[in-house]
Amino acid sequence: MSQQARSLQDQVARTEKGEASDLLKPLIQIEGVTKSFGDFVAVNNVSLTIYQGELFSLLGGSGCGKTTLLRMLAGFETPTSGRILIDGQDMTRVPPYERPVNMMFQSYALFPHMTVEQNVAFGLKQDGLPRDQVRQRVAEMLDLVELGHLGRRKPHELSGGQRQRVALARALAKRPKVLLLDEPLGALDKKLRERTQLELVNIQENLGITFVVVTHDQEEAMTMSTRVAIMNQGRILQVDTPHAMYEYPNTRFVAEFFGSVNIFEGPLLEDEPGHVVIGCPDLSVPIYVGHGISSREGATVYAAVRPEKIALSKEPPADATYNTATGVVEDIVYLGGESTYLVRLDSGRLVRVDLQNQTRSSEPELTWHDRVHVSWEHSNVVVVTS
Amino acid sequence: MTNRSPFLISALAFGFAFLYVPILLLIVFSFNESKLVTVWGGFSFKWYGELFQDEQLLGAAKISLLIAAMSATLATLLGTMAGLIMARFGRFKGRTLFSGMITAPMVMPEVITGLAILLMFVVLEELTGWPDGRGITTITIAHTTFAMAYVTIVIQSRLSQMDDSVEEAAMDLGARPLKVFFLITLPIIAPALVSGWLLAFTLSLDDLVTTSFAAGPSSSTLPMVVFSSVRLGVTPKINALATIVVGLATLAIVMAGYIMHRQEQQRKRAMQRALAEQDAL
Amino acid sequence: MLGGGGGAPKERRHPNSAGAATRRLGVGGRGLVIAIPYFWLLLFFLAPFLIVMKISFAEFQVGVPPYTPLVEWVDDQYLQVRMSFASYFYLFGDELYVAAYFNSLKIAFVSTLFALLLGYPMAYGIARADKSIRNLLLLAVVLPFWTSFLIRVYAWIGILKNNGLLNNFLMWIGVINEPLEILNTEIAVYIGIVYAYLPFMILPLYSTLEKMDMSLLEAAMDLGCRPWKAFLKVTLPLSVPGIVAGCMLVFIPAVGEFVIPDLLGGADTLMIGKVLWAEFFNNRDWPAASAVAVAMLVFLVVPIMLFQGYQARQEAKAKEQG
Repeated sequence: MSQQARSLQDQVARTEKGEASDLLKPLIQIEGVTKSFGDFVAVNNVSLTIYQGELFSLLGGSGCGKTTLLRMLAGFETPTSGRILIDGQDMTRVPPYERPVNMMFQSYALFPHMTVEQNVAFGLKQDGLPRDQVRQRVAEMLDLVELGHLGRRKPHELSGGQRQRVALARALAKRPKVLLLDEPLGALDKKLRERTQLELVNIQENLGITFVVVTHDQEEAMTMSTRVAIMNQGRILQVDTPHAMYEYPNTRFVAEFFGSVNIFEGPLLEDEPGHVVIGCPDLSVPIYVGHGISSREGATVYAAVRPEKIALSKEPPADATYNTATGVVEDIVYLGGESTYLVRLDSGRLVRVDLQNQTRSSEPELTWHDRVHVSWEHSNVVVVTS
Repeated sequence: MTNRSPFLISALAFGFAFLYVPILLLIVFSFNESKLVTVWGGFSFKWYGELFQDEQLLGAAKISLLIAAMSATLATLLGTMAGLIMARFGRFKGRTLFSGMITAPMVMPEVITGLAILLMFVVLEELTGWPDGRGITTITIAHTTFAMAYVTIVIQSRLSQMDDSVEEAAMDLGARPLKVFFLITLPIIAPALVSGWLLAFTLSLDDLVTTSFAAGPSSSTLPMVVFSSVRLGVTPKINALATIVVGLATLAIVMAGYIMHRQEQQRKRAMQRALAEQDAL
Repeated sequence: MLGGGGGAPKERRHPNSAGAATRRLGVGGRGLVIAIPYFWLLLFFLAPFLIVMKISFAEFQVGVPPYTPLVEWVDDQYLQVRMSFASYFYLFGDELYVAAYFNSLKIAFVSTLFALLLGYPMAYGIARADKSIRNLLLLAVVLPFWTSFLIRVYAWIGILKNNGLLNNFLMWIGVINEPLEILNTEIAVYIGIVYAYLPFMILPLYSTLEKMDMSLLEAAMDLGCRPWKAFLKVTLPLSVPGIVAGCMLVFIPAVGEFVIPDLLGGADTLMIGKVLWAEFFNNRDWPAASAVAVAMLVFLVVPIMLFQGYQARQEAKAKEQG
């Protein structure tokens, strides 16, 4: 992540808290938007603010409503209720051809009967721009995506990656206030996808255009975005920076969707402002968590521990009152940079632990059927109530 | 996987022989010197000569071509609208009836549609004075009505294959719906329009039953003339006509096939070039 | 849609969300586009049927038009409605008509069966042929359709005649000593219908068979099914939609066929299309012809509905799959 993106994140955070002197102006305001198709509620009372210059991702699984939300921003669907403002103007019922936003489609939707140049020029011509300006802007855009030499080709004469860049150039040509991207990398193979991710972020930062990206790929959302909204069943569960989303998920669903996690379920035993204690039948000792939550004692809560934040050792930890258990290594998955250990606890519960492979040795320190202790710091646990 | 079972191969061989032998025999005997269709009397072009001197046949052919061109054009216009409605308009009041009226003419026995449309013309004339008598106009209307059903199916299936985000993209880039249709949708479905037109043209050119109902005394089409002469028995002149019709149809189809094949090859080559470039990156 | 995980297609394909482009045409434009073909079909397709219905209840008279009015003002005061069932009584009272109906159904049914028996292996063979020749074979199926129907039927006259090519050939190779009587019999009508409508049987069969995943058969065989059994248990059930469509496309028009029985059948080959033609053109009895048409429609309503239901399902399926 660039420094520029990082400072934007800070600024957004301050703006959201209302404490900055340099408050950001909201660019997109989604206010209580609901969209239903017959009985099916695709988007359920969503409110969201996106600021100028952000690369914002809408993340979720199939049918979570993220694409419907994007299509409402583009104007292809009209909300059943609620409002959408772009740059302060109510856009709820404005047709797509009058909105200051452009979209890059999942299928790219290039016009098959037009050359690359004609595709990029299409939007500019609709605005009635003079010819020489159109030509100049098209050349500029094709240079931006490094396709200057392919202007006279038709879409079917291009590779997948080239088509994707034509679609990007076409959508950027009108200099929209917002660019909407529907699974922009979905149709590319893995290697190309990683390179294109970086290119996309670079272009976004250089042009300063706000991007709203729909994706189902949490890694993609994590590497590209300034902020992410996770959606499920038409609702937004959490809006945060990728870092906050990963370290402080607010629900079990978010914790599990955004990275892998071990979830321990149990009753809340102690609820103090600075810490909580959870009784967990899967472990022999209770779980101590270094932050408070607002719930009543006795309620069932979930403690989430990321696999890379768990220590694995043959020796018992120094302090064994909390956050530890014993078990047997059942499986080891070698992944190159790290290995995943699946440990069967004495309670029968399986726990996933990720360890860095810091030496080259083919003989790991821990091996199958070793009896081990798992443990973690109380600052590395997050408690969620749902 | 290909299945080279002898059963399938012989079924194909028999089936194609069944389809083509009668046509081939027609062609062979059109060059027969003898008037007896079943006895070979030597090679000759004489029936072609007679064919081109038959004023009645030539006049009927002219009428048929005129009607076919007009009704194919009308049917393409109406069928494109109907195809658009079926593929893109979603639900509207009366959609069920509409789609019923689209598919029904394709399966309805022609004697029924022919009779029905004739009675319609008679009633209309009684009420409004139009159409004044029956002839080219009424035949064109009747042909348009059944041909448009076929055009609709062709256009509809092309439209539903088309990625509709292409249209959305055009709208997203600022084109109004009418402009989207003429700048994007129409050029993309143009090949379907051409095949729809050709289909309608052929159907019209070939129709006998509906035409017989809708025709007036002065407007005999080619199939009507052929039918009345065929009813009296086989004549080599009709064989010659058949050969010409088959020849033209084959030529047109082979040409269309060749053009499509070449386009496909070009497309493949371009694709390979693009992929090669990508790998080189 | 290209692959990828986004759940969008399902949301997008919701019936209410069809084509944003057209929804935004505005009420005026959209309404006009619907109105023009709709009006045309109402005027020249639906209304004519209502008129046929109406005239079937009229009585024959000599004059122009050759039927009595159904509704009439009497003394400028009373609206008189005269419905006559004469044509229908006549129709069902006369054995000739009843026989013609049943014979038409029989001939259509038998021809459809033969077309299926010949068409299915052909469609299957084409669908399983090498990709390179598949299109060529398909073209060969369609090609006759682009030439004249009338001429293709006509071609059989020369073949089936008593001194025609088939008889000459059979006598020449010594299978028979006397010419077989084929032309002007029902057999000639069967041959003609199968011949003329075979492409309509093959095409829908082909399109279902071609879409079928070959790995299904391979899976069945892998699980121990013999090829013939795999065909019966996997291919055949999956191709039912194609069979239904193909049979409908042959059966329905065959019931009302006129040209084929007229040219190839004999004077005693009764088919309803021929009867209607004769009532109308020879007897000029429009009410009777209309009643024949209405009765034929009643016979065909079930298969036509079946066909339309099938069409609607296919459409829905196509939409679902995008």
